[in-house]
Amino acid sequence: MAGGVGPCRFGYYGEVQKEILKDLGYDFEMIILDPPQGHVIELINKIRLITNKNNNTVKDVVKAIRFAWKKAVLLDKIEKQLFKIRPRERYRGQTEKVYNFLVKDILDVKYEEELEDLETEIYEAFSNINVSENVTPVKVGIVGEIYTVLEPFVNLHIEEQLGDLGVEVHRNIYITDWVRENLFPSFLKPKDHNKILKLAEPFINCFVGGHGQESVAQIVNFSKMGFDGVIHLLPFTCMPEIVAKSAVPRVSQEYQIPVMTIVLDEHSAETGFRTRLEAFIDMIYHNREVNNIAVLSGN
Amino acid sequence: MRIGIPRALFYYQYFPLWKTLFEALGYEVVLSQPTNKEILRQGIELCVDDACLPIKIFHGHVANLIGKVDMIYIPRIVSVEPREYICPKFLGLPDMIKNSVSKIPYIVDAEFNMYKGRYYILYHLLNLCKILNINPSRMLLAYGKAMYAQRQFEKLLVKKSAVPLDIFDQKQEKQSQPYIKEDNNIKVLLLGHNYNIYDDYISMGLIRKLRKHKIDFITCEMVEKNEIQEGNKKLSKDLFWTLGKKTIGTAYYFLERKQVDGVIHIASFGCGPDSLVGELIEKRIKREFKIPFLNLNIDEHAGEAGFNTRLEAFLDVLEGMKYFEDNISTYG
Repeated sequence: MAGGVGPCRFGYYGEVQKEILKDLGYDFEMIILDPPQGHVIELINKIRLITNKNNNTVKDVVKAIRFAWKKAVLLDKIEKQLFKIRPRERYRGQTEKVYNFLVKDILDVKYEEELEDLETEIYEAFSNINVSENVTPVKVGIVGEIYTVLEPFVNLHIEEQLGDLGVEVHRNIYITDWVRENLFPSFLKPKDHNKILKLAEPFINCFVGGHGQESVAQIVNFSKMGFDGVIHLLPFTCMPEIVAKSAVPRVSQEYQIPVMTIVLDEHSAETGFRTRLEAFIDMIYHNREVNNIAVLSGN
Repeated sequence: MRIGIPRALFYYQYFPLWKTLFEALGYEVVLSQPTNKEILRQGIELCVDDACLPIKIFHGHVANLIGKVDMIYIPRIVSVEPREYICPKFLGLPDMIKNSVSKIPYIVDAEFNMYKGRYYILYHLLNLCKILNINPSRMLLAYGKAMYAQRQFEKLLVKKSAVPLDIFDQKQEKQSQPYIKEDNNIKVLLLGHNYNIYDDYISMGLIRKLRKHKIDFITCEMVEKNEIQEGNKKLSKDLFWTLGKKTIGTAYYFLERKQVDGVIHIASFGCGPDSLVGELIEKRIKREFKIPFLNLNIDEHAGEAGFNTRLEAFLDVLEGMKYFEDNISTYG
């Protein structure tokens, strides 16, 4: 698994898990990938261990990484399509079905060359979905701690639920974006990342670990892009996001955008969660109506 | 000019330094009141609900200072030791305060970051110079004085096995008696973050209670730095939180030398680092040392009666093990 050097506690999970598993009597070898602090060789050795150094050459490994990367990019692409089309679909659940089908297709691909064919297939599949043209769905952004945002089981399928409510969902983190921002050498990094971070400065002035600063910056960014609302997700007791949470009321006030913070833990129940989402979306619709009337009457 | 220092968090670690520094620069240092019910109430009201108890109380202390001072010193403490962090909430503390407390006086929030090396303290001082408009040479002189006071304070903690409050009180009143140790007392390792243990309100008078029961305790501040380092050698990966490292180093050092009869660990509910550190210590004690271990989690709802019951039960166990164990017949 992956490690880290703080200040978020993720960096030490591996060590504690090792102790727990040892106590439970398992015999195992745990490989934790830490960012190198002077010992690059150690990291390389670990990577060689994972990649089965006896059977595979460096070329094979590079090829595999490239293949995996292309798949990840494609998966993110179809997910973005899904978010866009779902609120506009005419028959409920159709987009979801197509999406699940395509995910399976992508997983089944064995050779790099086949991916290109698949891509055209994907666009066809999505364009065949029956959509209503004249709907302008509410646009909601999702920000927060990366694992909570990315893992649908943890966030109780928030994207699907919002999609059902007729909301167009946008996320600030995709797995390929994260890799680009954090693992790529600096000349390949996307340039707008630092620009977006600057938006958080009046509220959170420095790196607070994890994605605390990013979350705030993204809320500002979403508001500037004309979104109707933002949902901020965090796991219970997540330290960086708590700092972000303290800034949320001020951000929301200054940028005039509704933000709902949802804290998730193992007790989160879907029904209560759904109710809160519905109430939030209702409020946004209400806001919209009020604003429209205001425009009509010239106030 | 009056500068306010909240009597919370790193007050218990750096107060002599801060006090001497600002007094040498010609400021009047004003402390908030000792933690009490009103401060806790205000803290809970102002702070985000998810933060831990010490952070909430810190908010209360800041609110307590409003109206009494011209500015409040809340440094952005990123790191106090090279290659280590404090918890992320400390990093964002000035921001949290600015975002949640309204009508606050000017906040001196110079960054305090020694992640890359100890000499980075100079940046903090230069920042302070800029904010307070002070000549750098004067600042350095004051810092030298302050550092001396801080060293004296740290030495006293180790040498006399004192707690910070003994020393702070002595300066003010000169009447609290130094604590006398006896040889046959039960020895307990009192682990946890200094701002939890030493705050009489947060820890519900734990130190008073231990002394009343004639229990010797060792806290992380009473231990030499090299001893902590030696304890930490047992870890397969260096911890990156200063306070966590101190806790675990102290624990491992004394446990291995079998110099303590029991261990008390105090953590605030929702504390990120301690959730891992506590787990590691507990597992190790269970597996290797087999001595009583009491893990107390505190939050703003903690009832003192329940706390006392647990503490007394724990002390009973220790007493039983220490004084009566020998009398049990070996023949069964």
